Parts: sequence; C-alpha cells; structure tokens
Amino acid sequence: MLRTIGVDSIDDLYRDVPMTVHELNLPNGLDEFSVMKKIKSIAQKNAVIEKEKVFMGAGIYVHHVPYVVKAMASKPEFVTAYTPYQAEVSQGTLQALFEYQTMICELTGMEVANSSMYDGASALAEAVLMAHRINGGKKVLMSEAVHPEYVQTCKTYAQGFGLNFVPVPVDESGATDMEALSKLVSEDSCAVVVQQPNFFGVIEDLKRVREIAKDTIFIVVAEPISLSLLEPPGSFGADIVVGDGQPLGITPNFGGPTVGFFATLEKHVRKMPGRIIGQTKDAEGRTGYVMILQTREQHIRREKATSNICTNHALMALVNAIYMSLMGPEGLREVARRSYANAHYFAEKLKEKGFKLRFKGPFFNEFVFFVDENYPLRSKKLFEEGFLAPLPLEWFDRKYKGLALACATEVNTKESIDQMVLALERGAR
Amino acid sequence: MTVFEKSVSGRIGFKLPESGVRFEKMDIPEHLVRTRKLGLPELSEVDVVRHYTELASRNYSVDKGFYPLGSCTMKYNPKVNEYLASLEGFTEIHPYQPVESVQGALQLMYELKKALCEITGMDEMTLQPAAGAHGELTGMLIVRAYHLSRNDAKRTIALVPDSAHGTNPASAAMAGFEVVELKSTKEGLLDVEELKRHLNERVAVLMLTNPNTLGLFEKDILEIAKLVHEAGALLYYDGANLNAIMGRFRPGDMGFDIVHLNLHKTFSAPHGMGGPGSGPVGVKQFLARFLPVPLVRKSDDGSYYLDYDLPDSIGRMRSFYGNFAVLVKAYSYILTMGKDGLKHASEMAVLNANYLRKLLSKYFRMASDRTCMHEFVVDGSEFVKKTGVRILDVAKRLLDHGVHAPTIYFPLIVHEAMMIEPTETESKQTLDRFAEIVGKIVEEAMNNPDLVKNAPYTTPVRRLDDVTATKNPIYRYR
Repeated sequence: MLRTIGVDSIDDLYRDVPMTVHELNLPNGLDEFSVMKKIKSIAQKNAVIEKEKVFMGAGIYVHHVPYVVKAMASKPEFVTAYTPYQAEVSQGTLQALFEYQTMICELTGMEVANSSMYDGASALAEAVLMAHRINGGKKVLMSEAVHPEYVQTCKTYAQGFGLNFVPVPVDESGATDMEALSKLVSEDSCAVVVQQPNFFGVIEDLKRVREIAKDTIFIVVAEPISLSLLEPPGSFGADIVVGDGQPLGITPNFGGPTVGFFATLEKHVRKMPGRIIGQTKDAEGRTGYVMILQTREQHIRREKATSNICTNHALMALVNAIYMSLMGPEGLREVARRSYANAHYFAEKLKEKGFKLRFKGPFFNEFVFFVDENYPLRSKKLFEEGFLAPLPLEWFDRKYKGLALACATEVNTKESIDQMVLALERGAR
Repeated sequence: MTVFEKSVSGRIGFKLPESGVRFEKMDIPEHLVRTRKLGLPELSEVDVVRHYTELASRNYSVDKGFYPLGSCTMKYNPKVNEYLASLEGFTEIHPYQPVESVQGALQLMYELKKALCEITGMDEMTLQPAAGAHGELTGMLIVRAYHLSRNDAKRTIALVPDSAHGTNPASAAMAGFEVVELKSTKEGLLDVEELKRHLNERVAVLMLTNPNTLGLFEKDILEIAKLVHEAGALLYYDGANLNAIMGRFRPGDMGFDIVHLNLHKTFSAPHGMGGPGSGPVGVKQFLARFLPVPLVRKSDDGSYYLDYDLPDSIGRMRSFYGNFAVLVKAYSYILTMGKDGLKHASEMAVLNANYLRKLLSKYFRMASDRTCMHEFVVDGSEFVKKTGVRILDVAKRLLDHGVHAPTIYFPLIVHEAMMIEPTETESKQTLDRFAEIVGKIVEEAMNNPDLVKNAPYTTPVRRLDDVTATKNPIYRYR
C-alpha cells in the first residue's frame, strides 16, 4: 500500500506535522478476557438495590423494562447505523423515528415532535431559547417546582442570550402559585415554564397556567408515563412540551444516556431545534421517510441555525418507541395507575406512622414529606439495609432542609412499601 | 406499513404482576384527568418483534458494510463493549444513590477522564456533554466565562474557518458570539495572513479542526497558536478528526486550550442511528475552574466523589453526569487498544485514506494535492461538467453496490464534494473493491448517465423526494 501511495513509511505520511511523536503514558492494550475481568470488577463496586425497594425518583424512575425492548433496540442494524443521510438505505431508522414522533405527539397532545434531544434538561433549555427566538422576550418565568438541575441547565444555555430567570414560588398546595404568576406575567415575558407533575410530585393546573400566561410562550416539562392518565399539555394550549423519556423503557444508566422529547405546534415548527422526519414518496410512488426542514439546522444555516444539535439520542428514542408499541395505551395507563396507587398507599402508611406530608395538593407518584435533621445520614444506613430511600431534598438546596421526596412505581409491592415504612419509622424513633 | 396500521384494538404485549395495592380513582380535579384519546399502537409481543425486525432489515449499518462517511469515523463498534455497558452494575444504578455505593461508576469515569487527558494533552476534563456539538457549546461558554473573568467584555467574536463543520459556528452563536468566517487558502488550509488580518482585541477564540475537514493537517498550527495567544484569544480544538493523530500527537501540545472529543467517533462507541454519543471537553489547568459541575475527583484516601464546589463553573449542560453507558464503551476501547493500539489505529487510518485516495485519483480530481490524513475530499466539479452526472447521483448509485456513500456536499468550500474516511478497521480488500465500484460508476456516468441519475434501484426504496416532503410536510402518522 505504501508503494501505491508512493512513500517509504507511515512516518512520511505525517511529514506535515511539525511535532515529535508523543508516546502515551498509558499501559499497552489488553486482551479481551482481561478487559472484561477488569470492567466487571468495576461494575461490582456499584451497589444495585432490588427494584421493589427503590423509593427514589427525582428525574430517574425505576420501572420494569420488558426484555423485548432491549432485544430489539440492541439489533446491530440500529446500533451501528448512522444518521440517515442516505435515506434510501436508512428507512428502518427514519420510519422508527417517524413513528416515535407520532407517539410523542399522541402522548403530549401536540402537533409536531422532533426525533429527540439529549435529555429533559437540555430539551427544556432549548425550549426556552426557542421561546426567545419566537418573541424576543428576555424574562423567563420559571416555576420553583421545576427540577433544579433542569433550571440550572436552562440558565447555563441562556448565558449567551442575556435572559433573565424569574422564579415563581409554589403555594401551600405544592403547585405553582397562580397569584404570584399572574403578578409576574407582563408584555415582555418570554416564557412561562411549569413541570407536570412537578418536582415535588404535585399535579399542576395547566388550564389556569395557560389563562394566566396569556400571550407568553407556555412551556411544560412533562413526565411521559403520567401523561397516559393526565390530560396532556396540548389540550390546554401549551406552546412547547418537553421532558425526559427515561421512564419509557430506559434503565437508570447512572443518569445517562436518557432522551429528551420535544414537541410543539405547527405554527412554531420553523423555530424548533432538532431533526424532524417527514413522510414522502419515492420515484415509484412508495411511501418513504426523509429528514425535512433541514434549513433550520446547523449543517445548512450554520450560525443562524435554530440549534447546534447534530448527533441526538436517536437510539434511545427507538427504545421509547419499542416500549410504547409493546405497552400500548393500556399498558402505560396500567403502569401509571399502579405508580399512583403505590405512591398513595406509601403516603397513607407513612401518615399512619405519624409522618406528615409537606403539601396539600394532588400528587401523582411522588410526594414530599417531613423528616428530621438526621434523615440524610440515616438514608445512607437505609441503603445498607437494602433500600433506596426517599431523597433528602436539602441536597439540592438548604431551604429544603427537613424534607424528603418519595417515589413509587409499578415495581414496588405492598410488602416492600410496608417494609420501607417500617424502616423509616424505626430510624425516626 | 407503520406500526399504527398493525394495531388491533384491545391487543396487548405486556403482563404485570398481581398487585397488592388497589387503584381507586385519581383524586385530582376532573378537568386534569385525561379524556383525550391516546393513539399508541396496540400490538402483541410477536407483532412488535416482527415490526422492528422488518425495520432493521431496511437499514444499512457498519456491521453490514463499508461506511466511509468523512469526519464521522465509522469504525467497527466492538461487540464486547455493548455487553460491558449493559452490565447491571452500570445500568441499574440511580444517579442520586449514596456516593459510596457507586464507587465503580465514579472510578470508571475518573480513569477514563485521566486517559483522555493523556491522549489529548489536557489537564482537566468534563464527561458531561452528550455529543460533539454539546461539547462545543460547553467549550464556547468556557471561553466566554474566561474572558469575562478577566473583565474583558470586548471579546465578542469567534473566528471559524469556512471549512468548519456547521456545528462550530452554530455553537459559537449559541454562546452569544458573533461568528466571523475565515476564508481558507486555495489548498484548503487556514490562511495565516487572513487570520492575522482578523485577530484583534475583539476576538475571543479561534475554532479549529486539525486535521481539518479536507483531511489536511494544519501545518502552520504552531504559528497559528502563537498568533492567537498573542492576540489574547483562546484556541479551541474540534476533536472530530482526532482519529488521524490519536496516540501519536496531542492537541494540547499544539497549543490548544480547549478540546472536545467524540467518543462515538474516535473511541468506537456506536452511532446508534444518530446518537447517543458523548462529547467530553478537556481544558488546560487555567480554565479548569469554568468546567460544568460536577467534576469527578479522587480523594486522598483513594475514594471517588463528585465535586460541586466550582464557584466559577459555567453551570450545567444537562441533568446528571454524562452519557455513562457510552463512557463505558470508550473506557473498554482504550483498555483494549492501549498506547500501542491507539497509535497503530491512527496510523492505519491515515494509511488507508492515502491508499484509497491514490486509487480514486484515477477517476476524480482531489480537492487538494497534499498528502491527506485520515480522510480526503474529492472535487467532483470536473466530473459533473464532463458527464452531467452529479455527485449526489454517484452517491445514490453506490448504494446499489452495497456500500454506503461518503459524505457529500461537505465541506462547503469544495464544489460537488465527496468526503471519504475509510477508518482503520477496513481491509485493503474492502478499499480495492470500493475503488473498483467507483470506477464502474464513473464508466456508467460517461456512457449511460441516466442510469446513474435515476439510482438507486436495488435499495428498499427508490430515490426519495425530499423537496416535496419539506414543502408539504407530514410530521406524523394519522
């Protein structure tokens, strides 16, 4: 090969490089057996709690993932494929993502969805930037009941745009304070952002928020499983709905990769970030799918693009689509019902033992209750007893001291909940 | 047929265990209870399996064949990495578990970070960004924070070569910079005189890919770095093309201050139809304090922890810590390759590209006469003039021969461009065969142009109409 090229050695090919070779200070390569041994031993240093004893949510939810989901999503034709630039040999990818977009529209009640973002937090950040692109506003009214890491991500993204984030407090119900919100909405408001169910598990009145938000862009961060039982934001006139698809068939993965979904109204589509798949026909009239509206994107519009996003989380969107295809509307509803029922049973049992819930409002599958000042330390002990106990909220902000966020899903059982309650009671005594 | 058309009302594909807790009705205001139809498909498990198996059969993939997309580094994705990333000890851990219970995860992230710093010649690194573009935005926000920390609010300009990947200017704009494009030389390299003309006290950063998107090593890089730093600006490295120099040379030694990597390119993590990837960002020590929170650190007693105490941090780029499962794959790759393997990989990538370039020069003019690195660009303008057949048509005809087309119409500074990156995991036989196929198509283009113009023929669908698709968009199934 070197002869064909016309050089004597590999070094000749690097003659344009004005540097000397730097030998890496790394060990030499290992054989597969040794690599597997090493990485398995690292994995064993992580403690995995039995699913029914997980009572922590806060953005990552433990559900049962049917094996079929993993089996289909691991197919190498999906895993080792690339972005569908040559549509004719990527119809598997394109159709799967088109179907995913449809399912997200159905869940959220919106008109058009993109084919994924990285996660719920960055999707929300991009939604805020999109609102700013639509109306030029700089004031973002952000409910204090939006996940703190999501809020932080929005603020990070917004640095380049000089946006001003105004927090909207929650009231005693645990939902966003509508009075406070109505006082803050003004002509120069860019967007109103609420989470559904919110970070404290409480269900927000989206109808009221839409009324108060008036002409401002109304953004909802939604949890997808709950959308099977809750009237979706689209029905209330939301402008943009985002969220994290992790509960739809994705394991916790230590927080990543998950996937961000992003849906909006047709009237806003040209300002939407991310790849969009559209339906079309081929030269023989067959139905096919292609990427559309690419003139919004970075490879064409460069610095004028709606976003810099290129690689997204397509494979994770596929996981969502497979999960939703398998579970169907009734499956999602059943998972949601059990999550709701288990969480409410958990809350009832805690109340029986003398614990008090922090908020009065209706909740879905998470709720906040009062804990004593030793709880954060004790939750670590509870971990050693085999429980992933409710999350001490002071971890996010000192103002949440003395509060814990509990979660239940369909994988918890009456027995495991009873055990958790006993363990919590034991520690509190 | 879409999955919705296969739906049969009442059909289910799941079964949940008996529940000891009964669901009554939801105790929430009526108007918040869902009455809107939820139009998800209703299928049995075997229907789901058949549907997705059928979709998979209409996809091309690295496992199927040659995928020479320029700058995408479509190298082989080791199967063992998929297995290791799926270990329960990695997939079932919650990010908010007690830190003592996830020491394995933190150890992996820390060791990966250290290895990537060594590979790039950088001092500290975040593994948080989910993709290259995400890493670029992170880097640009760090540039912004750095200059503001020096009370220098004048630096509002980001310099970007006209050959740059679209994400470069897009990311700079998202960070609030005004993007100024630098015209490349006729050879396709950064024009140092042009750079000198643009460097002033308003420039915050120069973004470079090296080798650049034409596959050429920026031979003046040391002088470029010097000029940029003397002007008070920072030098950013787009790591998409690291596969050319990995294990041999380091951007940190060339003068770059900030670097992003693409673990789904250079470090063998699979592309997954367009993601998830991972875009770690490395910096020189003086910029470490601006990195996103949290950073993975090792304490004196040997335990690992997440450090949130970064008062000058730009903030967070996403929730939690990064695309952990992707990090596992990159970690496994680095352990497997080691210092010798990484160097060998980049050398073979460069050898393969130069060899293929030589073979294809029989049929096409190259965008540059210079020795290329791991990729090269074909200039198809003469070919188009001679035959009336466009590079797009050649790409479609390649599909009929069971290979994936290279990147087309990028970089923008080359007309009728075809950017080809074979990677190191392709054999000489594959390259010879590809050149043969190209030769056949060129012949077809000269003698029977319509045949090429109407390709592809043997793919699951014929050429798709993306113009009408955008003009009259159908965003979802109804």
